[in-house]
Amino acid sequence: MSVERRTLMKAIAGAAGLASVQGLFPAWAQTGSRGIAPTITTLTGPDIALTVGHAPFSVGGRTGHAITVNGTLPAPLLRLREGQRARLSVTNTLDEDTSIHWHGILLPFQMDGVPGISFPGIRPGETFVYDFPVRQAGTYWYHSHSGLQEAVGHFGPMIIDPAGDDPVAYDREHVVVLSDWSFLHPHEILRRLKASPGYFNQQRTTVAGLLTGEDRMSASERRMWAGMRMDPRDISDVTGSIYTYLVNGHGPEENWTGLFEPGERVRLRIINASAMTNFNVRIPGLAMTVVQADGENVRPVETDEIQIAVAETYDVIISPREDRAYTIVSEAVDRSGMGRATIAPRLRMSAEVPPLRQVPNLTMRDMGMDMGGMDMTGMEGMDHGSMDHGAMNMRDPSLAPPGMAVGVGVQTISPMPENRLAERPLGLENEPHRVLVYTDLVALNPNRDTRQPSRTLEIHLTGNMERYMWGFDGRRFSEIVEPIRFERDERVRVTLVNDTMMQHPIHLHGHFFELVNGQGANQPLKHTVNVAPGGRLSFDLTADAPGDWAFHCHMMMHMHSGMFNIVSIRPLDGIAS
Amino acid sequence: MRMIAAVVAPLVLVAAMPAAAQDHAQHETQTPAPDPHAVHTTATTPQAIPPASGEANAADLYFDPAAMAHAREQLVTENGGMRTHAIILERLEAGFDDEAETYAWHVQGWYGGDVHRFWWKSESEGAFSEEVEHAELQLLYSRAVTPYFDLQAGVRQSYLDSEDRTDFVLGVQGLAPYWFEVGAAAFVSTEGDVTARAEAEYDLRLTQKLILQPAAELNFAAQDIPDLDVGAGFTDANIGVRLRYEFSRSFAPYVGVEWTSALGETRDIRESLGADTQSTRAVIGLRALF
Repeated sequence: MSVERRTLMKAIAGAAGLASVQGLFPAWAQTGSRGIAPTITTLTGPDIALTVGHAPFSVGGRTGHAITVNGTLPAPLLRLREGQRARLSVTNTLDEDTSIHWHGILLPFQMDGVPGISFPGIRPGETFVYDFPVRQAGTYWYHSHSGLQEAVGHFGPMIIDPAGDDPVAYDREHVVVLSDWSFLHPHEILRRLKASPGYFNQQRTTVAGLLTGEDRMSASERRMWAGMRMDPRDISDVTGSIYTYLVNGHGPEENWTGLFEPGERVRLRIINASAMTNFNVRIPGLAMTVVQADGENVRPVETDEIQIAVAETYDVIISPREDRAYTIVSEAVDRSGMGRATIAPRLRMSAEVPPLRQVPNLTMRDMGMDMGGMDMTGMEGMDHGSMDHGAMNMRDPSLAPPGMAVGVGVQTISPMPENRLAERPLGLENEPHRVLVYTDLVALNPNRDTRQPSRTLEIHLTGNMERYMWGFDGRRFSEIVEPIRFERDERVRVTLVNDTMMQHPIHLHGHFFELVNGQGANQPLKHTVNVAPGGRLSFDLTADAPGDWAFHCHMMMHMHSGMFNIVSIRPLDGIAS
Repeated sequence: MRMIAAVVAPLVLVAAMPAAAQDHAQHETQTPAPDPHAVHTTATTPQAIPPASGEANAADLYFDPAAMAHAREQLVTENGGMRTHAIILERLEAGFDDEAETYAWHVQGWYGGDVHRFWWKSESEGAFSEEVEHAELQLLYSRAVTPYFDLQAGVRQSYLDSEDRTDFVLGVQGLAPYWFEVGAAAFVSTEGDVTARAEAEYDLRLTQKLILQPAAELNFAAQDIPDLDVGAGFTDANIGVRLRYEFSRSFAPYVGVEWTSALGETRDIRESLGADTQSTRAVIGLRALF
């Protein structure tokens, strides 16, 4: 949408006596935002009132139904300070239950906001007061944990300022909330995925793509994939065919714009609040210095592109020196669409928007086949057609941990899952510029718990794409699974093995875990980690928060299909009031 | 004796069919190379027995246990327990050949969870100018038995120009390697007649929207069924090719051509009756997903 058209729309909206288009956004998310200065309205203080309700949401000239907090999408920015007490009263004006989960926040489990685990949920017409001490600082977010409300707008950013000095120096800051919006109701999206798993994929391999070479995949490779009933283009379940990718609630044409003065150090607090979309974020012409991941400070590391999985946050510092605009590109990992925003010295400036890059093809590594370090080019000489009947068993139950159910919900078991933390994320392998990898993350301060883990636990992320079933260790949560149990304060090395060909951003409530990425005492703390297809990774967990906590894939449709469990930490002694 | 044969025959038949359709992983007997990372336990991190359970449902200490129990039920439903439905209109078409203008439909649908489903199928063919030649409705319980295949059992009611029939059905349906959608079923009628049907189709994506679908169907009878002018052995086959344009997955009109032929003794019987035993027709129709 051009500036002129926006102005026109505002004029029309004003003439009709309606709230202006801009009025539907909280101040910090309004385009032309000067940044989050103390004068700009955010919700702060010990007592904050939030109201969940229905609201219309417009993007791309179309209006749909959203569930919002205080009437805006994204929800208001909550700005708290480490050491304060937070009392957040949430009133439900919907005709269904709602909830708010404070994502990444360390708090008593009964304040965590997951209906059925932390509390009963908030009934229509009721108000629930969340009351907890704020024990940390950083960039976080909050969202509904009821049904699929998060997918229709019920999410917002949360910043906690440190009690002391912030180790990160910056002159100005902007919150960049990434999300995916569909006019199709998320329940209907999930129904269609169950009916036809490739329903939203408009980038599959075709005969035309073979003949023109555009698919970048030979006939023999295709035959191998087909023999396994696997789709090498199955990268995102829900795609740009129905999603509009938003930045601070603005579509690409509406071009959310944040301002800067050349020479300033600008802190971008990037939050992926999507339901189903991992994004590749870059700002052509500017390097980004990552200073925080998932709210925890890391040693500054400069990069050009970051893949941010659903529910992760990254804080980056950019230092634009020129008097020009820059485009913030948030490209969906499957390249089916992008979010676009601008940072500029003045309004009505824009920079070139790069075209979408080629859709990636999955490789054997994404199926957990290491092939001795060979990449696809190394496999050219193999008879791919015979793969499914000889070289590699794609579903060998002996590779499953004891207790895993190898049933209809397990399509494949990664034969040779690799630790892929040092690898560039999916689709960014061959970018000519720098790309952030998980091993780049080093905690700024050494971790408090230096004990060796006293035991290990392996959890497989399992699924069947053809049935759209997802679970842990072969079971959907609805199959009455046993919770994952930890002794209070025990230190456990948890290994996640991805038996599927999709990325799974796994989130543990109420804790940070240390990603075992070779950084020793400075392993980065995270609340969400994206497990690469066919990959494995480990984290060390100090189970220091007694109670029951959700543990799940943050892809909403994967979670809703069963990739969910409860982490149960006992004993509870001394925590009941 | 005939009843025993009627019961045994379909079992043999069905036992043979799923074998072809089984998850190919089960054929893979070769042992894969061991995963060097499979056991990553070190001396300092023994795999210990998980701790004892302690109290269940910690939130019951803070909130009304009845309200928590209700919320837990909801949580289960919302994390894998969802029941849903689909209607797949595979074909709704008109056919044209030298003799007549015909119609046909093939539609199926289901309701249920990921594993257990109520499944129904209906199909019909006939000429516009005549009475319904053949219509049938199957009501089935469908259970996921392998990652790619469902086992289905139930009843079929057929409405034929000669007489209506009821069969018990046992079949499999699913996805074979190389993305072939396949199905096979055995039918035992209330008269004790045993018949079977196998179907396969394949979607060849020419572009993202333009899809060429070859499909084939083969029918079999275990014995002569004089009422239906059917002889023992393969009774008829049907091969079609349809080119559809997917305006969306939910709405895809197509054109195509279909060849149908009676086979074996059935062909002889129908020839002796002076009936058509073979036809080729052009078809135009709609594929849809609801």
